[in-house]
Amino acid sequence: MAGIPHDHYKPKTGMQKWFHERLPIASLVYDTLTFPTPKNLNWMWIWGIVLTFCLALQIITGIILVMHYTPHVDLAFDSVEHIMRDVNGGWAFRYLHANGASLFFIAVYAHIFRGLFYGSYKAPREITWILGMLIYLMMMATGFLGYVLPWGQMSFWGATVITGLFGAIPGVGSILQEWLLGGPAVDNATLNRFFSLHYLLPFVIVGLVALHIWAFHTTGNNNPTGVEVRRKSKAEAQKDTVPFWPYYVMKDLFALVMIMIVFMAIVGFMPNYLGHPDNYIPANPLATPAHIVPEWYYLPFYAILRAITFDVLFLDAKFLGVLAMFGSIAVMALAPWTDTSPVRSGRYRPTFKIAFWILGFDFMLLMWCGAQPAEGLVPLVSLIGAIYWFAYFLIILPVLGWTEKTLPVPETIEADFDAHYPPKSSTVK
Amino acid sequence: MKKLLLSAILAFGIVTTANAEVGETHIEDFDFSFEGPFGKFDQYQLQRGLQVYTEVCSACHGLRQVAFRTLGDEGGPHLDYETVKAYAASNFEVYDAEKDEDRPAIPSDKFPESGLENAPDLSLMAKARAGFHGPNGLGINQIVKGMGGPEYIASVLTGYTGKEKEQAGTTFYENTAFPGGWIAMSPPLSDELVEYADGHNNDMYHIAEDVSAFLMWTAEPKMMARQRLGLISVVMLMVLGVLLYFSNKKLWRDIKRKS
Repeated sequence: MAGIPHDHYKPKTGMQKWFHERLPIASLVYDTLTFPTPKNLNWMWIWGIVLTFCLALQIITGIILVMHYTPHVDLAFDSVEHIMRDVNGGWAFRYLHANGASLFFIAVYAHIFRGLFYGSYKAPREITWILGMLIYLMMMATGFLGYVLPWGQMSFWGATVITGLFGAIPGVGSILQEWLLGGPAVDNATLNRFFSLHYLLPFVIVGLVALHIWAFHTTGNNNPTGVEVRRKSKAEAQKDTVPFWPYYVMKDLFALVMIMIVFMAIVGFMPNYLGHPDNYIPANPLATPAHIVPEWYYLPFYAILRAITFDVLFLDAKFLGVLAMFGSIAVMALAPWTDTSPVRSGRYRPTFKIAFWILGFDFMLLMWCGAQPAEGLVPLVSLIGAIYWFAYFLIILPVLGWTEKTLPVPETIEADFDAHYPPKSSTVK
Repeated sequence: MKKLLLSAILAFGIVTTANAEVGETHIEDFDFSFEGPFGKFDQYQLQRGLQVYTEVCSACHGLRQVAFRTLGDEGGPHLDYETVKAYAASNFEVYDAEKDEDRPAIPSDKFPESGLENAPDLSLMAKARAGFHGPNGLGINQIVKGMGGPEYIASVLTGYTGKEKEQAGTTFYENTAFPGGWIAMSPPLSDELVEYADGHNNDMYHIAEDVSAFLMWTAEPKMMARQRLGLISVVMLMVLGVLLYFSNKKLWRDIKRKS
């Protein structure tokens, strides 16, 4: 697909030409910033900037924390307290980092559900979507590894439970688990490799994010109508788009500041609200907490993991749970191919809308289930939630594409925009 | 798409479901001075709490994360240096690895560890226990009623019913706040157990309240600075937000044909 026609960087002075011929980095920055962006993007298109900000925040605060943290089972917990008590501003960096992870996941879930609603995953943006899923997986891994580092009770027992999942794989499970842990149980070797990987993966994410941006700058952004930017000529494209700088930079900055107000209020006034009190108790391999739960952002998938409470043929429930958990993310990655609807945006798909909002509710319900002890109705509700999750991607999306009667889609982005902001008769551009 | 935003916000609420406590316990809602975004530690209450800790709790429980020098910090008990020095030296002995012997504590030392094997260290207790995570584990009470951990501590200290039972050679005491209802710690407090120099009420309820406030400080010594950071950043970001709002509006005015 041809890119959206737009002005490219032209070196003006002799110095610029000299540099451009040797390293066209100014051109890269210029073309990225002036990229033609659909002018009808709504407030759900701000999460990309929030996510970029989170990644930078996590890396910067993380690098500072590492300067004072000690990855050793006897010292890790106390070194975190040293950061909280003795390091200048250490408490601020740690709370920013810990709550930054939560902001990161809130933003990524909003970003993913935005994509699901507006069909951002559909052709030609499959690669962008797959890269996004990989980033999300890396985020999950990084968040989990990081939660182990303070070496509190939940760190230790969370690590024990999650690495135990790999032990459930038939045949190679126990070997794989031991290899992950660096020994028969969660211990110093585990802490050290988790620390190493927790430092490494964010930079892998940086690389994936660069590819993610490159991919959607090749295809162009999706937008709330799902209609492509016209790209026959530059003049036509300009009717549908505005340059990213300054229009969306300013809008996104405003949105980011609004989100930062809430974020800083949480960091300043209730920084432990999203954490678990048990993690302020040093890890103790001899005392299991009453109730081991992962961080909130894993809860929906943790619920799916625990939803399978029965063996099927020769496969035991635990392994099936692991398959279901990873499968629930894999089916999301398949959405570009399982969604058969010719209409991209959910805005013009009345039945799809209902199924989508049920999925949103299902996600919340699973999150609640994941936090409850697996007793009473919780496993049943989790199972129903898990079934809907899979059904949405594997049955509802393909079937709706064939059966649904969709609403008329606007001809162009410009037409949609003009419907919201009618041109004044005398000042049509 | 507001619904999506709403969902994201709701996710916050659901989080603390994780912390649902086991068993029926009663946590009394104490009214601490440091609750809420504008709450502050009362330095005199922290000093009284320190006295309770020293005279009662320290017999069994340690404060291994807390350095004596921090007793002089602003936003804490804020004792003057000479008082801190005298306090450390006259109340605690620490092991000196260089001399291989015990010596009186100096301000740069930390409080000793727990002397009794089963007595948990109290440094972080106020953050390691959740007071209010209801209803249904949604964590809303924590927001509405204030902190949580200090309430839990004060509730345990005042929650003894007077009943005892023997189990495997250990005496357990019935307690309305302790998960499971039976605690191995004998009732530590009673009315007029300590004598406050400032003449503050020293019934059991007030002693428990003072020591709980002190333990909140040991768990979160930088709380005052943290809340100041929160307040300053929220105000500054709001100003920046207003500026960006109008800049953005002006920038888009022609595109949206609003001029």
